[in-house]
Amino acid sequence: MTLWIRGGHLIDPANNIDTVTDLQIHDGKITAIGHCDDESAASIDVQGLIVCPGLVDLSVSLRKQHKASVSTETRAAAAGGITSMCCLPDTSPIIDSSSAATLVQDLARQSGFCNVWPIGALTQGLAGAQLSEMGTLKEAGCIGMSNLRAPFENTRVLLRCLEYASSYDVTVFFNAVEHSLADDGCVHEGPYATRLGLKGIPESAETVALTRDLLLIEQTGVRAHFGQLSCARSVDLIANAQKRGLPVTADACIHHLLGTEADIKNFNSLNHIQPPLRTENDRQALQRGLQEGIISVICSHHQPHSKAAKMAPFAATEPGISGLDTLLPQALKLVTNNLLTLPQLIERLTIGAARAANLNTGSLGIGDIADICIFDANESWQVSAETLHSNGHNTPLMGRTLKGRVRHTLLAGRQVFPSRA
Amino acid sequence: MEPVAESPQLQLTEQGQLRHFLTVEGLSKTLLTEILDTADSFISMEQQSVKKVPLLRGKTVVNLFFEASTRTRTTFELAAKRLSADVINLDISTSATSKGETLLDTLKNLEAMSSDMFVVRHANSGAAHFIAEQVTPNIAIINAGDGRHAHPTQAMLDMLAIRRHKGDFENLSVAIVGDILHSRVARSQIHALKILGVPDIRIITPNTLRPFDIESMGVTVYNRMIEGIAGADVVITLRLQNERMQSALLPSQHEFYSLYGLSADKLKYAKPDAIVMHPGPINRGVEIDSDIADGSQSVILNQVSYGVAVRMAVMSMAMSGQTTQTNGDTEATP
Repeated sequence: MTLWIRGGHLIDPANNIDTVTDLQIHDGKITAIGHCDDESAASIDVQGLIVCPGLVDLSVSLRKQHKASVSTETRAAAAGGITSMCCLPDTSPIIDSSSAATLVQDLARQSGFCNVWPIGALTQGLAGAQLSEMGTLKEAGCIGMSNLRAPFENTRVLLRCLEYASSYDVTVFFNAVEHSLADDGCVHEGPYATRLGLKGIPESAETVALTRDLLLIEQTGVRAHFGQLSCARSVDLIANAQKRGLPVTADACIHHLLGTEADIKNFNSLNHIQPPLRTENDRQALQRGLQEGIISVICSHHQPHSKAAKMAPFAATEPGISGLDTLLPQALKLVTNNLLTLPQLIERLTIGAARAANLNTGSLGIGDIADICIFDANESWQVSAETLHSNGHNTPLMGRTLKGRVRHTLLAGRQVFPSRA
Repeated sequence: MEPVAESPQLQLTEQGQLRHFLTVEGLSKTLLTEILDTADSFISMEQQSVKKVPLLRGKTVVNLFFEASTRTRTTFELAAKRLSADVINLDISTSATSKGETLLDTLKNLEAMSSDMFVVRHANSGAAHFIAEQVTPNIAIINAGDGRHAHPTQAMLDMLAIRRHKGDFENLSVAIVGDILHSRVARSQIHALKILGVPDIRIITPNTLRPFDIESMGVTVYNRMIEGIAGADVVITLRLQNERMQSALLPSQHEFYSLYGLSADKLKYAKPDAIVMHPGPINRGVEIDSDIADGSQSVILNQVSYGVAVRMAVMSMAMSGQTTQTNGDTEATP
């Protein structure tokens, strides 16, 4: 069947398109771009709305691999305009076997709201000791491997992981953290940590690990992506590595691009995340890195939690923010604040992420799969238990009014939001 | 820097009265002075043969200690009894409540017993704040120490000791010596000294025990004892926990004592009439020499007796604030 998306403002950074036009979809693919003369053709009228590739989110924790959680969180993604997500390996069970990798993809396909690309565990059980079966995991659909923030037994294990991964052209996703320095800290080591009496995580916990990782990447030639940079010096280190020609990309999560350590005031555990929110200087450096393309991706760093996980004194709460529902409106603040143009923002939410993870999506050229997000950049909505689609209501934005609302999400040409149940 | 913990709304009533006592940070000089004045009046009462007042008669105070303490708990118990309250002591091992849900369950159970006040000590910073947010609004929460964050009643009894021995706060130099990093006492003292107008607050510590950017709290940092103590009117030494020697923070007890232990040869650099304070319990020969602890400049034992008076002051003020607030609420919503 053929469907037209009529009258929208198409922004497709992958193809340098930024204009009001119509878009034809046939058999799940883009088949024409330009004015549609046929008034009787099946169509969605999207005048005044932005039409862009479906968002690509490189960092989503699904937590549990059972039907309920895959289904709710992928539905939340669709409601947030996200059509592709990378599922981190810290699910239960951990994605360190082909069956676990297959399970999450099967469940996602059954639910049918969002493409789910698993990232496999770099070491067995994320224990940091034994190589995972990377070859098999890749065959089973894993688009890369990561040890997340879990420690390696020693640096030799890490080196072996990178050597092995490089043999099969596997992208390694890093979260730079030196555990002996992060220790059991829970917030940025700064004046807020000092006053609140909370144990700090120094910037060096990230930069020492990042420096080591970059040297090992250079030694092994493995393709690498760094997730959720949190400090200014990390941006410099990545820029320097890119300048030297290392195959390295990086993302920042929206929380670090907008928030600072000041957000932990009053022991607000909803802002307890890893890595921690850092200083105003760090935030500005991340924003500059994003403007200059050193950071080419914005992710949600979605970590849904039950209410109980946050019902404790700060240090005893689980880190993480539920972010799928609010990624787009939060990211639009970067445009409102004149840090990025709308096409630049969309690039970092779509094709930038797709390129970093080597995914065949994020573009609306002729013949491309019709994964599409259609949103109203000016419509406001209030974050509440009723408006959130994720199972996790752990967001510091609860009760706030955000600007920018997804109106339609199409997955391979099929509308998945609003759902037509 | 604006207050980072406990917005005034949480621990004060709309009229600005105390209803919880969670931290000194963000409170007014007037309120701290009221606490000291009220405590002073209870000290004079201690001279009388009948040491009880009926301010908390019919009220139930629960001492909720998730972290072991004998002395602090005892002074709170004594304070509550002198105010004629019924007192329940609960020592809850932290292991059983390391998860927040359990802590919350404990609280809900105690709430159901119609308690009026919780005195809380907990190993996690922010625990008292968390409890104040979660319990029903008419239960007063008194923070008896939360992690590294705050120990406000200890700080106020220290302020009482300073005021009673030095008269006022306007021209003082106060030096705090030792493990600032892990000390909730030091943090609360710094806030209190600052609010009460002490112009010169000094921290004397090696950099391993110095919290990041502690200068932003308005203190001057010294690594060397003699420089830091020079001309001080008040010298406060802090307790040094033994485990600090095991986590690469300090080389040895011996070196700590030789560099930071308060002994006569160091104290002589302070003002001749300087007073020596310690929140207790003392490690003699670790952070302070026995002769100094028992000497003429020491006010350590006075601190202990002021502790009861300050806690009576804070408990009676918070309960009165709660009552006002509750009555006000009732009128507002018939």
